Amino acid sequence: MSDELDDLYQEIILDHNRHPANFRPMPDADRTVEADNPLCGDQLTLYLKLDGGRIADIAFQGSGCAISVASASLLTERLKGASVAEAEALFETMHAVLTDAPRAADDDTDLGSLAALAGVRRYPMRVKCATLSWHALKAALDGRGSEDIVSTE
Amino acid sequence: MNAAVDSRAAAIPAQSAPRPWDLDAIRRDFPILDQQVHRAPLAYLDNAATAQKPAAVIDAVAEFYRHDNSNVHRAVHALAERATAAYEHARERVRGWINAASADEIVFLRGTTEAINLLAHSLGQAWSAGDRVVLTTMEHHANIVPWQLLRERTGIDIAVLPVTADGELELDALPALLDGPVRLLALTHVSNVLGTVNPVAEAVRIAHDHGVPVLVDGAQALAHERVDMQALDCDFYAFSGHKMFGPTGIGVLYGKAERLAALPPWQGGGEMIRRVTFERVRFAPPPQRFEAGTQDFAGAVGLAAAIDYLSTLDRDAMARHEQALLAHATERLEAIPGLRLIGRAAHKAPVLSFLVDGVHAHDMGTLLDRKGVAVRTGHHCAMPLMDFYGVPATTRASMAFYNTLDEIDRLADAIDYARGVLA
Repeated sequence: MSDELDDLYQEIILDHNRHPANFRPMPDADRTVEADNPLCGDQLTLYLKLDGGRIADIAFQGSGCAISVASASLLTERLKGASVAEAEALFETMHAVLTDAPRAADDDTDLGSLAALAGVRRYPMRVKCATLSWHALKAALDGRGSEDIVSTE
Repeated sequence: MNAAVDSRAAAIPAQSAPRPWDLDAIRRDFPILDQQVHRAPLAYLDNAATAQKPAAVIDAVAEFYRHDNSNVHRAVHALAERATAAYEHARERVRGWINAASADEIVFLRGTTEAINLLAHSLGQAWSAGDRVVLTTMEHHANIVPWQLLRERTGIDIAVLPVTADGELELDALPALLDGPVRLLALTHVSNVLGTVNPVAEAVRIAHDHGVPVLVDGAQALAHERVDMQALDCDFYAFSGHKMFGPTGIGVLYGKAERLAALPPWQGGGEMIRRVTFERVRFAPPPQRFEAGTQDFAGAVGLAAAIDYLSTLDRDAMARHEQALLAHATERLEAIPGLRLIGRAAHKAPVLSFLVDGVHAHDMGTLLDRKGVAVRTGHHCAMPLMDFYGVPATTRASMAFYNTLDEIDRLADAIDYARGVLA
């Protein structure tokens, strides 16, 4: 692979695309949000199960490009068991990371494996692939229900 | 049309013999092709989205702005006369290129989309609930959505002629669809996704047997096919300059004289009127009736330059070359494991849509780009056709006559590379 692409198709992205985590239906989800990116045909459904202020379970299904699948997979891996407040803060952080917007001065979030997604900001046509699952997450946290379709176009 | 325009039209020189087919020389006519993308030579295989422009077109537009620019059909000064003559010369050049019976049948618009919107509006004024327009499954959104907007306004019905799995029209099903209150058959000449060249002359004949007029969406055809309005006998034909090596922003609606004469105006404004008082307005005859406001006359000059350029090429050699590109691309891509071609019509333009197991089209587009190969990915503004094939998106390589067999090989190699990265 050429050097430039290393920051987009990192091995961790490729792995999550081949073997996405938490890729399953959740019939008893508390929150279900469908999201799509009509430009490239990415479609995903994000499921959340809440227990008090915590995300007891999180999963997704759908089809899409490697960037969108890996982003959703990494999202679910990171947020399973997290508090709703943490998830909301992480949405803000990731939105800044993916769109190259300045992060809040007090934002010292350790991105961990999510840092692998940061390279997408150098590919303006692909940013929406990476942000799709995060917008679905935000809609789910806001309680915008399963009838609510999130679209990044 | 005024006398000056007629004399200008008559001054068009007789067609000279085409230049010998020399692909290297042809490629040098297109300055944009000579560049590196991500340290690889550009292989531009996105011609169905927009075609590149020969220097002759770029220069013609620039020269017009340098020397002749003035609003047309308005003033009496020298520049206005030159600009008006150039604009009407372009109209005559288009007439000749598509063999329309009269230059008055050539309406300049922004492009195919605007032309179809005009028809949906102006034809639709005489239609009412229950009237029907017949489309096909392989239409571009430009030939779907304007009719859906009309349906919302008036309650018309939309019927759809199906396609086969190979991507050909099921023409046998057409007669049954044309029975009843059908006001128009609107179909594409060449599919932007499948490359299928539809038997439009036969469709026109069948429709006319049922008393139904026909609109042909020619957006994808003019880059590959010669079209002859009088032989085709369609009632309307729409196309865009930028897909036939001309500038963006200029396009054409051809309409038979009697059809245009019966058509109410679309947009109102300057140029499209004969006489205006606050009590009433009398409209100009076609084509001016449909050209409200200042038109893209510089674009029309560029379109005429594109036609002039195309007319120097050996059309037979060009067709042979395009079919060689298509055959080679089909052979190379079919040999790639896990690759599925969408669209296998017997008569195709050099357009290939495909899916590759384990590689989403959007990733494919990014990875091919890194090898200098420019393709289109997505639904190609043909979502109903995507639904028919049950796919969310495809990758599309669309060739023009300036593409090379070597570029096809680079496409195939780049697909292998993408498979290696993602599979």
